[in-house]
Amino acid sequence: MAKTIAEINEKISKGQAVVVTAVEIIDLVEKKGVARAAQEVDVVTTGTFGPMCSSGAYFNVGHSRPRIKIGGGKAYLNDVPAYTGFAAVDIFLGAAAIPDDDPRNRVHPGPFNYGGGHVIEELVAGRDVRLVVSAYGTDCYPRKKLETWINLKDLNEAVLFNIRNAYQNYNVAVNLSGKTIYTYMGVLKPNQGNANYSSAGQLSPLLNDPYYKTIGIGTRIFLGGGIGYVAWQGTQHNPDVLRTDSGVPRRGAGTLAVIGDLKQMSPRWLVGTSMLGYGCTLTVGIGVPIPILSEEILRYTAVKDEEIFAPIVDYGEAYPQRSPEILGEVSYGDLRSGMILLQGKEVPTASLSSYPGAVEIANMLKEWIIKGEFLLTEPVAPLPGVEAGITFKPLQERPIEEGD
Amino acid sequence: MAISKRVVLHFPPRLVEQPIIYRLVKDHNLVLNILKASVTPKEEGLLVLELSGDRNDYDKGIRYLTDVGVRIQSLGQNIVRNEARCTQCGACVVVCPTGALAIDPKTRMVNFYEDKCTACELCVLPCPPRAMEVHF
Repeated sequence: MAKTIAEINEKISKGQAVVVTAVEIIDLVEKKGVARAAQEVDVVTTGTFGPMCSSGAYFNVGHSRPRIKIGGGKAYLNDVPAYTGFAAVDIFLGAAAIPDDDPRNRVHPGPFNYGGGHVIEELVAGRDVRLVVSAYGTDCYPRKKLETWINLKDLNEAVLFNIRNAYQNYNVAVNLSGKTIYTYMGVLKPNQGNANYSSAGQLSPLLNDPYYKTIGIGTRIFLGGGIGYVAWQGTQHNPDVLRTDSGVPRRGAGTLAVIGDLKQMSPRWLVGTSMLGYGCTLTVGIGVPIPILSEEILRYTAVKDEEIFAPIVDYGEAYPQRSPEILGEVSYGDLRSGMILLQGKEVPTASLSSYPGAVEIANMLKEWIIKGEFLLTEPVAPLPGVEAGITFKPLQERPIEEGD
Repeated sequence: MAISKRVVLHFPPRLVEQPIIYRLVKDHNLVLNILKASVTPKEEGLLVLELSGDRNDYDKGIRYLTDVGVRIQSLGQNIVRNEARCTQCGACVVVCPTGALAIDPKTRMVNFYEDKCTACELCVLPCPPRAMEVHF
């Protein structure tokens, strides 16, 4: 046993690697046992396809003639504002950005039909997008106005850069209040009328590598239908949470920051998304390969929905008020049955993360590896683990007094 | 034989001010439940109905409507799932009151059973990728 990534890559190049998805490995381990499965299998592929708000993309749009300094000015892509605090023609567009004239929640719940995530989807689909800029003008960048169509293929760089994706586990949202609420976890009916969850569970990348033993900075991944990389741990990366005996986090824990060339991605796996009454976001497809370097690593990949537990949180009161209490825990096995029992009441469940999408991504990644088109990478540095001593801090407000 | 069907009725402007539904119920002994109505004087009127009653009465009622000039569509055509936009997440299944949107327990795909859809439109805005479209 004890393979190395280099050895696995050699097998991939020769077309001899044995690759299975994080679902297929469950049956395989049940049939053959951990030791045999670890000997036979080289790579387990994972996948997840859900709304991930901390996503975005940066662009270098090229220099106009005469030149314009977008930096420090205002830039809009299909009326959605982009961030301009960079050099002359670099802009960053966040998935959650919305047009200045969007009515938002003026009539609640606002529909949030179009935002940054939708612009990213349209660009990836090859559609022209309107760039409108106003700038202050300088001696070297005299122009003050710019209105033009742009297309992804003509940009110098277009890079998807998501600062928090692929959450390792997440809350199950219910609403104990007496009225319907509209959240980033979807529409929650009153009196715990439904329970919404959002994880690929047994297919989710970080739930298959709970201690980040193989996934690290530099790991090559499936991102938005193309190839990307883990750039860093994601924001709010918080490894030191309650875990099951086998190491699986029982709360939201690790996260990934990911990066990749938008030009080779697909609108099938980057979908502009509207959360009624909440805002805009982007549904992102991510798949991470896990090299089977040891029996221990294989055992982690054989985790199943029945063994992964998520906290149930009241979004009517506890979540908005940031109170720590949870209403209990429930397994993804139970959540996927369509109904859970909560405080003596049967509550129908719904997923915001696409399980069929996650399966498809894990299968696509598996195909790429089997065909020798996708080689694994050695992480450049590990992600911070449980031992890193990270605490997920709330904001400590300090009032700003007059004269400060 | 009893029957219950959901239909969409389009009223040409000349019929909007006539008591068609009154005649439909009174002369044909049908029970109706209005699911949606949009009636503006001098414009085309729209009515989405669930019609129940004896099969013969139902057929005669539909013939009456057709004869006076009402255009009839069956309902399934009116909420359409844009398959290219649907991400198969399943956020809709707890919003749909009739079970027209339901998860296949085996594949975990979200099925759309058009025959169960009442075109209530409750799924349209909560669908995150906005794949459920209203087509009239």
